[in-house]
Amino acid sequence: MKRFLSLLLVLVMMTSLLAACGSKAPEPTTPVAEKPTDTPAPTDKPAETTPQVLLWNVGADPKTIDPTLNGASDGGDVINQTFESLTREKSGIVYPGIAESWDVSEDGLTVTFHLRESNWSDGSPLTAHDFVYSWKRGMDPAAASEYSWIWEYTNVVGAADAAFGEGSLDDVGITALDDYTLEVKLNNPTDYILSLLSFYHFMPVKQSAVEAKADGAWAKDPALAVSNGPFVLTSYRIGQGLTLEKNPEYWNAANVMLDKIDAVFIDEASTAYQAYQSGELQFIPQVPTAEIPRLIAEDPEFYVFPLLGTYYYNFNLNLDLWADVRVRKAINMAIDRELITDTLGAGQVPAAGFVPPGLLDDKGNDFFETAGTYGLATDGSKIAEAQALLAEAGFPGGAGFPAFTIMYNTSEAHQMVAEIIQEMLKTNLGLNASLENQEWAVFQDTRKVGDYELARGGWLTDFMDPSGLLSVFTTGNAYNDPKFSNAEYDRLLSLSAQTRGDEHFDALYAAQDILMTELPIVPIYHYSDFMLVSDVVVGWDRSVLGTVDFSGVSIVK
Amino acid sequence: MGSYYLKRVISSIVTILLIATLTFTMMHSIPGGPFTRERPVPAEILRSLNEKYNLDAPLYVQYFDYMKGLVTFDLGPSYSKIGTSVNDLLVAGFPTSAKIGLMASVLIIILGIPVGIISALKQNKPIDYFVMFMATLGVTVPSFVVATLIIYFFAGKLGWIPSFGLTSPLGYIGPVIALTGYSLSFVARLTRSSMLEVLRQDYIRTARANGLKEFSVIGKHAVKNALIPVVTYIGPMIAAILTGSFVVEKIFAVPGMGRYYVESVTNRDYTTIMGMTVFYAAFYIVMVLFVDIAYGFIDPRIRLGKEK
Repeated sequence: MKRFLSLLLVLVMMTSLLAACGSKAPEPTTPVAEKPTDTPAPTDKPAETTPQVLLWNVGADPKTIDPTLNGASDGGDVINQTFESLTREKSGIVYPGIAESWDVSEDGLTVTFHLRESNWSDGSPLTAHDFVYSWKRGMDPAAASEYSWIWEYTNVVGAADAAFGEGSLDDVGITALDDYTLEVKLNNPTDYILSLLSFYHFMPVKQSAVEAKADGAWAKDPALAVSNGPFVLTSYRIGQGLTLEKNPEYWNAANVMLDKIDAVFIDEASTAYQAYQSGELQFIPQVPTAEIPRLIAEDPEFYVFPLLGTYYYNFNLNLDLWADVRVRKAINMAIDRELITDTLGAGQVPAAGFVPPGLLDDKGNDFFETAGTYGLATDGSKIAEAQALLAEAGFPGGAGFPAFTIMYNTSEAHQMVAEIIQEMLKTNLGLNASLENQEWAVFQDTRKVGDYELARGGWLTDFMDPSGLLSVFTTGNAYNDPKFSNAEYDRLLSLSAQTRGDEHFDALYAAQDILMTELPIVPIYHYSDFMLVSDVVVGWDRSVLGTVDFSGVSIVK
Repeated sequence: MGSYYLKRVISSIVTILLIATLTFTMMHSIPGGPFTRERPVPAEILRSLNEKYNLDAPLYVQYFDYMKGLVTFDLGPSYSKIGTSVNDLLVAGFPTSAKIGLMASVLIIILGIPVGIISALKQNKPIDYFVMFMATLGVTVPSFVVATLIIYFFAGKLGWIPSFGLTSPLGYIGPVIALTGYSLSFVARLTRSSMLEVLRQDYIRTARANGLKEFSVIGKHAVKNALIPVVTYIGPMIAAILTGSFVVEKIFAVPGMGRYYVESVTNRDYTTIMGMTVFYAAFYIVMVLFVDIAYGFIDPRIRLGKEK
């Protein structure tokens, strides 16, 4: 009965959430890898006669499943099964994909990939020229790929200019030396490029297939879709689902156990959860929010992963209201982040910095661990200090500090966090905050033009380097909503982009020191990701950035 | 008669064009656009996206381009499903929504009207109280609660129907019931009150005084007249039900068109918003026309376009 009530509650919440449907940040993903030797061999392989079928809920009907044009996590999850890039990343480890091996020049500015001889699903050979075509298509403004800005972070010579329409595609540093050798020239040494290139945007597409039906429509048409990954598309039903079948032409097909993936598009978490419980689905990416704490505690089939991102509040630094850093620090100290993550109860990690756990520095230490908490606390242990700071700033017990508004986009979860923070600021500091929510797209606009006092923000990175997060707060960055501007911070970020190893990470540590001293934001928690996977599904994996990988899956019954 | 219909058709087209214009103006006046993202798309990329989809043209140019497409039934590309046109979305979604909607409409008519009549004839008897209690429940309990209850008990606890989709015939049960609830109750209540009203009329008394059989009084004279307000409601109701319901389709994971009404607004998917609005408006207008025609059959006094 309790569960039923919570199911009902979730539904009630859902209807109030309708306006916030599209609020999910694009979660970039990096494909996951597979290495022949690593594939877990199922001990009791079923008889040849039982086809191996995975019943999977993708979530929403993806906007596109053309790798180059995609910019969303649901599309990325499908694409990672149908395509494969030079590398595959699985649980943070980069494995060879279509590239058998690669050499990085001494100065780190040239990366040469040696491709294996492999085929497209139509049996034609896949060569280095296909990569050149696909990548240039990705940065070509005429193709209008939403994700083409990612080229800026690859540091590939001329790529960002081409993507932003300021340079020619002919000047891009990507060359097919022969059919199976691909040379990539970089502006700066970029250690994370190997994991970055496993991301869906960099997967190859076949020119003749792409040109068969415009704007990525070819990828959803089983008659036209040509791919190079473990599976091929055999049916696509708008709003309903899709079917993938094993690709016999995949170079590592011998280690692909599944015959078929039956995928559905159910974006209503409670329905998918019900279907999972009655065995109609085996792998679901969403569960009703109210069920999460119980699932974490009781269900061994429920998996929680950290996500490389941070949930935070922006101070609008254009306002005199926040001019005093002591006020910003007092607010940062007065918030009990553990209480918030406990209330949300979905495995989020309290944040006292901006860089989330899971990113390693040059010495192999976790950046998050090494960075520490900057004198903040994840619990309520600094409240007395916060009160003293606020008094020092001239507002003892909050007296004299003007009331302000906390702004967020309409959503039950955002509202819950805002209410907790409102209460903490009132109780701990005597500050009066009111709450205001706006429809998702309106809110994006409000925040961008700086028409707010304190507003929620969230950022998920696309590649495994802290600069993917810290660069948000460089002067003029499109997501720098606090309008933070610090010359030294900008210098350190640009230094980090030009350096490798300890120099690179020292610059990033120093940058986060500045960020956490100046505090243009209130970090609250680091995101988590979860999924519910039946125990008959073995050998599945995911990338650190959150894309699922079924290349090694088998069904054990 | 013919000139009446011609007038109706012309005024319908004008209405649709007005609705399209109004929708176009309203949706372009709210903040955000089809490429609004939590993570903002860089200005240069946004420019090439807008250029590709002709969103960089002045608004009046976009308006005339859209209207040009509309008169040739080309509803344009969907921004939230690139490579798919709004026509494709309708072709894929409408038959599914319509199938469920048709079943629900039939159920509403064949259950709602008789129940309302019986209730009126047995006014203030236990059966009337029971029907009115159920009808009040049906009108007040929202469809998402009904849908959740159905999934919880019949799919979850009992396992009689699938939890989602329409792959088996049993899959239709949940969506149809959830879709029926409100309108069925409303039709029953409307029929009952309309019946009660008619039964008090002089001509019913006259019919009875003339010694007509009770069956004939009710069936021939009362019901027919009582149906006028019911038909007025049912016409537009069919347009609404056949074009899908966001809540029912979302909860039962039905691949219909109902979800696009809400999703397209959130996504600022301009072409889909327009397509859905215009499609629904056209359907609605046609149904209203049918209702007007039906009046003539029910009550010859209001036969359309008849010269006095």
